[in-house]
Amino acid sequence: MVEFEVVKPLVGGMLMGCSAAILMLTRGRIAGMSGIFEGLLRPKSGDTLWRVLFILGLSAGGLVMVEILPERFNFETGRSVGMMALAGVLVGVGVHFGSGCTSGHGICGISRLSVRSMVAVPTFMGVGAVVVWGINHFQLGGVL
Amino acid sequence: MKYLFTILAGAMFAVGITIGGMTVPSKVLNFLDVTGNWDPSLMLVMVGAIGVYAVMFYLIMPKMEKPLFDEKFKLPTKSNIDLPLILGAATFGAGWGVGGFCPGAALTSSLLLDTSVLVFILFMIVGMYGAMFLQPLLAKK
Repeated sequence: MVEFEVVKPLVGGMLMGCSAAILMLTRGRIAGMSGIFEGLLRPKSGDTLWRVLFILGLSAGGLVMVEILPERFNFETGRSVGMMALAGVLVGVGVHFGSGCTSGHGICGISRLSVRSMVAVPTFMGVGAVVVWGINHFQLGGVL
Repeated sequence: MKYLFTILAGAMFAVGITIGGMTVPSKVLNFLDVTGNWDPSLMLVMVGAIGVYAVMFYLIMPKMEKPLFDEKFKLPTKSNIDLPLILGAATFGAGWGVGGFCPGAALTSSLLLDTSVLVFILFMIVGMYGAMFLQPLLAKK
């Protein structure tokens, strides 16, 4: 059985909402993780430092959190390294053409009642659910 | 000061995504496993985040002419539903279901130097560059 949590997800989500709000109110930027990161792959002058700083805070925050909540960094899934590579390529291509991921569309876009995000979120959740069903049903977690 | 706020926002996002549970790919996969061991708790991450962000967007932002440290609020300008949006979101969803990682969770976990996370990020970069290269070619057709 999976453990169903209530307080932690809510508190975690509220902190993410606060983070995204701070970025908007101080920098005027959407807190979309894929967009912030992808901007570093084709740097424009004057548009790089804030991205580096945000991702620095993000990854350093992970290093601190692993000391406090080590169980939140259990990466065991039964997926092979090849499947993780495939996942990376699909996510990279998808967030580029889809203009965002779980944070940009899921948090910021839905909150702003963006029609594009309200299409994107059910699309990626629906396809994700179908893919997980397929991988579990046909036991494909280690095919690559 | 503005640098500090940006680092702080990144760190706060990391704390939130960790407490929320999205850095645990098996938890994400259970969230997507609606016909099996469905774990709906990650829905509450979105509820919490949207609640706070919507208050900021509709109550605080309209009272400000511009952000504290920048010239203007940079909001997305596209509003039409097009094929790249739908196919892109579908492709992202497929990758999310294959690996259990979204970009934010992977970047939060990056400095732990776990092989599967680093492979995911490396190939996400490959995918992003590939998409940047493909986009102008697709647009010509």
